[in-house]
Parts: sequence; C-alpha cells; structure tokens
Amino acid sequence: MVPVQTIKKGLDINLKGRAAFETTTVGGIDSWSMIPTDYYGMTPKVVVKEGDVVLAGSPLMVDKLKPAIRFVSAVSGTVTAVVRGEKRALRNILVKPDFKTDYLVFPKENPLDLTPEGVKIRLCESGLWPYIKQRPYDVIANPDIPPRAIFVSGFDTAPLAPDYTYILKGKGVDLQTGLNALTRMTPGLVFLSLPESCESAELRGVQRVETRWFKGPHPAGLVGVQINHIAPINKGEVVWTINLLDVLFIGRLFNQGRVDLTRQLAVTGPEVIRPSYVSCLPGSPLSALVDGNVYKEIPLRYINGNPLSGSRVEAEGYLSAYATQLTVLHEGTDTHEMLGWVLPRFNQFSTSRTYFSWLTKCLMPEKAYEPDTRILGGERALIMSGEYDKVFPMDILPEQLVRACLTKDLERMEQLGIYEVAPEDFALCEYVCTSKIEVQREIREALDLLKRENGD
Amino acid sequence: MKALRNLLDKLKPTFSEGGKLSALHSVFEGFEAFLFVSNQTSKSGVHIHDSIDSKRVMFWVILGLVPTLLFGMYNTGFQHYLAIGLFEQTSFWQVFGWGALSVLPYIVVSYVVGLGIEFIAAQIKKEEIQEGFLVTGLLIPLILPIGIPLWMVAVATAFSVIFAKEVFGGTGYNIFNVALITRAFLFFAYPTKMSGSNVWISLNEYFGFGNAVPAVDGFSGATPLGQAAVATGSSLHLTSPLGNPLSWWDMFLGLIPGSIGETSTLAILLGGIFLIATGVASWKIILSVFTGGAATILVFNVFATNAYMAVPVWEQLCLGGFAFGAVFMATDPVTSSRTETGKWIYGFLIGVLSMILRVLNPAYPEGMMLSILFMNIFAKLIDYYVVQHNINKRLKRAILSSNPVKTTLYE
Repeated sequence: MVPVQTIKKGLDINLKGRAAFETTTVGGIDSWSMIPTDYYGMTPKVVVKEGDVVLAGSPLMVDKLKPAIRFVSAVSGTVTAVVRGEKRALRNILVKPDFKTDYLVFPKENPLDLTPEGVKIRLCESGLWPYIKQRPYDVIANPDIPPRAIFVSGFDTAPLAPDYTYILKGKGVDLQTGLNALTRMTPGLVFLSLPESCESAELRGVQRVETRWFKGPHPAGLVGVQINHIAPINKGEVVWTINLLDVLFIGRLFNQGRVDLTRQLAVTGPEVIRPSYVSCLPGSPLSALVDGNVYKEIPLRYINGNPLSGSRVEAEGYLSAYATQLTVLHEGTDTHEMLGWVLPRFNQFSTSRTYFSWLTKCLMPEKAYEPDTRILGGERALIMSGEYDKVFPMDILPEQLVRACLTKDLERMEQLGIYEVAPEDFALCEYVCTSKIEVQREIREALDLLKRENGD
Repeated sequence: MKALRNLLDKLKPTFSEGGKLSALHSVFEGFEAFLFVSNQTSKSGVHIHDSIDSKRVMFWVILGLVPTLLFGMYNTGFQHYLAIGLFEQTSFWQVFGWGALSVLPYIVVSYVVGLGIEFIAAQIKKEEIQEGFLVTGLLIPLILPIGIPLWMVAVATAFSVIFAKEVFGGTGYNIFNVALITRAFLFFAYPTKMSGSNVWISLNEYFGFGNAVPAVDGFSGATPLGQAAVATGSSLHLTSPLGNPLSWWDMFLGLIPGSIGETSTLAILLGGIFLIATGVASWKIILSVFTGGAATILVFNVFATNAYMAVPVWEQLCLGGFAFGAVFMATDPVTSSRTETGKWIYGFLIGVLSMILRVLNPAYPEGMMLSILFMNIFAKLIDYYVVQHNINKRLKRAILSSNPVKTTLYE
C-alpha cells in the first residue's frame, strides 16, 4: 500500500448545519431548467424549441464548437420556454416534467468491452460528458485529446460537504462500472484518492484504479491538491477530473441503459432548519428543495455548492448541474456592526490570532460558526505576506501566481504553474485574504485568457 | 448605535456623487467604514470571509507600539528633568506628563500631514482611504529625536508620503518603508537636527518649546552610539548624560538618550511578543534580524581591533534603533521579502548590514535605518531567486516527464 500523504497546510472551517444522515425524496416538481452558465466556457446551441416533447436523456442543447457534446434533459416532458437575455444570450431552457419519467433507451453494456472511442461516444450522446473536466483551464474536457491520467477525489473536505461514504452506500456496482468506463479513456491511470479514515466498503473495494490515501484539513479533498501530490501537471499535458458522485451517473448509464441523474444532495447551512440529504435531480427548482426548511425572516443566500467555491443562486433559481451540496447562509446586508473590526468578535471565525477563534478551537473543538456573506473589510492591495501559503498545500507559490494573474503576465503564470490549478484551489486563499482580493475570479480570468491566447 | 447609523444614512446622499459635499466622498466613506463594518456582501468567489481585515492588522501594530510610545514619553521627561537637575524633586506623573506633552505635537503633525495627503489621494483616485498611514504616522515620531523642529517633520512626512508611497500607487505598492524614508530625508536634509549631541534631550522650558533651561554641570546629550562612534583609545566607557557609567540594565530598560521610541529594548520586546503572538508580524524576520546582528557582533568580537568592536552582543543589540528596527520596521510586510525563505535571508542581512554600518563606519553612528532601506531594495531580488527556484523545479519536472515511465497498468 502506498503510504498516506499528509496534507499539513489548510483550514477546516466548522460551520453549523451539517446534513444529518437521512434522505428525503423530492416529489413531483412542476418545472425543470437547464442553465447554460453552469457549464463554464461552453457556447450553447439550442436544439429544441418550445412545445417539443423530450425524454430524460434527450439533448436540449449542444456545444457550438464541439456539437458531439450534448446537454440533455434530466426529466421527460414538454419544453415550455427557451429564455434568452441580452444579445440573445441563452438564459435557460425550461421543461415541464411529466408525472412519470420516461427515459431515452441506451444499450446496457460493459464499458470494458468497448473501445475508448466507444465509451466517449456513449458519454457524449448521453449527455454525461460535461461532467468530465480537464486541466489545464478547468473546463469541460476535450474528448479528442486523451488525458495523461484521470483523477477522482473520493472525499470532500469543504465546509459542510456531503459525506461520500453515506451517499455511496449500496451503490458499489454503479461506482465500479463508472470507474471502469473511465479507465478505458486514458492510456495512463485512473487515480482515486481516499481519506485515510475511509470506512466505505464500496470505496475500499474498487478495482482497476490506483488508490491513493490522504489525510489532513481542507483542501486535502480537492482533486487539484491531490494531483499536485500524486503527479503534478506539466505544461502541455492534459488530465481529466470528475467528481466521484458523478461517476455514479456513468455507472447507471452502462448498467441500466438510461440517463438517471438522481443524486443525493446535501442541503446544509446554518439557516436550514433540518439539514439533511435530499434525493433530487439537478435542474430542480430550489423552492422544491428548501421550502419550509429555511429561516425566511432574514435575507438569505443560496449557494449551489459549498460556501467556498459554490455559485450564488436566487431563491427562485434552480439547482446547478454540478452541485452536490446546497448551502443556505444569512446574507448579512441587514447587519451593521459598530466598530466590529476592533472588537473581539467571539462568535466569528478567523485564522488570525488577533481574534480568539484559535483559543476556542482548543477549548471547544466542536464549536460551529454561523457566518454571513459580508466581506468584512475593504479590498486593498496585497499587504500581508505568507497568508495564502498557510492554506495552500501545493508546490506552487500562491501569492506570486495570483500576482501574475493580477498583472495578466502570461509567461509568469505559466512558469508559476497556472496549468495545474483551478479556481477552487484558491478558495481558501480568498477566504483568509486580509486584503479581500477576489482570488478565484482572478484565477478564472487568467485561465480564460490563457486558453484564448493558446488557441485551445 | 442606531441613532448614529441613522445619522450616517441621512448624511450619505450629501457625500455621494452629485451631492453637495461629494468632494469629501472618500473621507465620509472612510469614517463610515471606521464606525460600522461595511454590510457589503461577496459578489464572486467565496461566500464567507475571514473576519480579519487591514484595519484590524494596522490597529494591532499600533497596539504593539503602545509600550514603546508610553516608555518613550516617560523617557523624554526623564532625560529632561535629569539634564536640568530637577529629577529628584519631580513626581512620576509630572515627568511622564512633561514627556507626553512634548511628544504629542510630533504625533499630531505626522498624522495631520500624512493622513491629509492620503485623504486627498484617495479622493483623486476615487478609492477607499487606506489604513497604511495609521501605523506609519505613529512610527515617524518614534524614530525622531525630540529636538527636531515640527515644521521639518511636516515637510519630511509630506515628502515621503507623496514620493515614497503615493507615486508608487499607495499602500501595498511602495518599495521603501515610508517611515524610514521620512527619517532618511531628515537625516540627509537637516543633519544638524538629526545627529550630534544636542538633539536627543529637550532642555526647553515648556514641553519642547520656549527658551532653553541651563543644564547641570558636566551634562552631555550624546547617545551611547554617538559616544562610541567618536571614542578613541583601547577601552570604551559609555556614560549617561550626567557622566555616570551605563550598565547593561540601563541600555535594556532604555533610560538613555536616543530617538523617542527606540531606547527601551524591554518595551520593544513586549510589543514584539504581542505582534508575534497575534501573528501580525513575521517572527522569522524578527528572529533573523537579531541572529544576523548577533552573528556579526560575534565575528567583530573575535577580530576586535578597537574597543567598539569588542562590545559584547547583549549590549550592542540593546543600543540604538536596532531592536526597534527589527521589530517594527523590518517586518513591514509590503517592503520586506514576501517569500518564506526570503524572509530568513532578508532579516539576516539586515542584522549583518546594520552592525557593519554601525561599528565599522564612523560617519553613521546608527546603521539600522540605512540597512533596512538598503535591504528593501534587495528584498525583491531575494524573492526573485526564491521564486526562480520554484520555476526551475517545475521546468525540470516537465523535461523529465517528456520521457514518461508509467504506461497503462490495466488492460
């Protein structure tokens, strides 16, 4: 067995509202939506029109540049609207679901019997391809370039993250089939990273993949950190990543012959009355997921994903395609904290020892915080040094890379390892930043710029 | 609290764009952010933020400066009453009060001039007011002799805030430590008011103003370093202004002439411990400055050709502005090295250079200011090599991996 890699740098932020291990099922939903902005960097081309009848698994849109990559409906029903915004930019596609879901039928196959091309074609036509991402650039993978390796993280360490052991219980068959499909698509290895304390029989029992063991605080569970410790990405190389929970979709496709995107979503956060798991479809309206389960008297922020790297969504919005977690926080616009910057703020968490949360952590390790979404300071030039370094466990100089991104210095970004990172890897840097710099946005813009310049 | 909030909300339109006082927009915003934490919420990226912000960091540095400031005030009074021979009859509070009132005008001038320029600059740039000068404004008086005229402080502060900071882009972009540039400006522009034996102790009647009072017989206002720089002969006898020999305890406690805040190593260490414990200042830099300084003195001790070179480590480190520079100046995160390895080298070289300048160069009794400013330039060079090391490692890895060893294991 490969020895356990210990991640020393990082930060676990203990928030209130961890999902209890119980799952409820969302009943019938009255609308379902596909949001093109969920799929970062893709130019959508709609292939349906209002009134069309679709099955679960029927394409609603395709990637304009790579039409083979389809984006499919998770429900069967009637397309009620194709909403466009300014300059005819596609906002979303609305489908009114049928009472009972009819699935588009795909052949039931063993992916190991298929050629790599066969697997790719199947994933593209079933609309599961977009779940596979690539580095560099952290965008939907290009099916034409075989990756050096595929990396899958077997745990999530983000605040309030879903528990993979709980979700994967009893799903070992689909998991193995999904991983088998992945192994067909790379000439290299499929790496699965597991936490040292992994107790999941399903995860421990997987075959045909390289298992690596990690321990340590967040971001130990981020695939970017794991790649950096297992086999860092060099310039010119491509690797793919996929969320382990999305591998289940692939497994189901080959085992059951249909696109069933049902997932167990963790509904979490301090403002959720009963945080727990919900069995639902991506694209479901948030109202169906949280109605009656949140404290509505205060302004709330809904987040598709975790509080560090998730994306903001309005209460009347929809669950994102990638979200494995829905977080609800107090927005905080109604809070006016007098002289807060000089007070002890016992109920707020900070990595800085000018507050007492380090002491609280020693005395009451279980104390969970209820942060709101205020920035708690003004944006400044980078002043403090070494802050990012403490929460960034990769062999990359985070501050210098962020500076290169701020100055749009392409050569320097390359030299400092921009191809190895995704915005989410910098989420903790952004969290701890005294100067309140929007680090993830800067990294995202830098990756976009490089992608354009390189013509990839 | 609510009334204050309502008042601010009522005043806001007046100061916003199009309002009557929109020219003071930045100032209003600055005060509002000072009184109430902004309720602005995150737009992109992380949805939760650490409670730390630059205001708190700067304020904590000021807290760290409080022991030195208070001690400096007392010492100013102490030296004054000692020099005029009235110390025995004067109460503690009178001594402290005299010193506090003498130091206060310097603090006021430094803040008014510096913050005034910052407010104007923020308004022109349409940015928020940055907090950097809150620290600089207090550092400036602490590194000046009590005898310097206030107008010189005003000129030097204006010079350094404009030319060492704002022209570079403001807080976070400056290359040189702003407070030290102020001191360097004064040092080279008005040398007679910054060195010698007449500027360190105020003999004036009223809190640094008015006519000079005659000093007691045998009085000399030279600092220990000033004495050492001009000393001849094979042994060094450092004395207090009244001619009594100085013990190590005097130097450590700081009841000696010198710049207002630099004399007490004890008070500086208290501040230093506070800053390290709260994580505001880099312990690596502080430790390496002291290590560099101590190592250099030890080398001098071994090859001592005069009495000054033979001064032991514990005395040398407590003299002059060494400790103050190490704790409060070298640790300025903006002008020091920003890489962790770089910080060790940066600090160590400050220690080495300051001792070389101090001991081997009779023209400058104190080397700390120049050595920190010098290393401010080199900080970027040190970082360059540390970063280059990381870059080279990545390049090497890329070359190695162009001959991949691993291929498919499973088929």
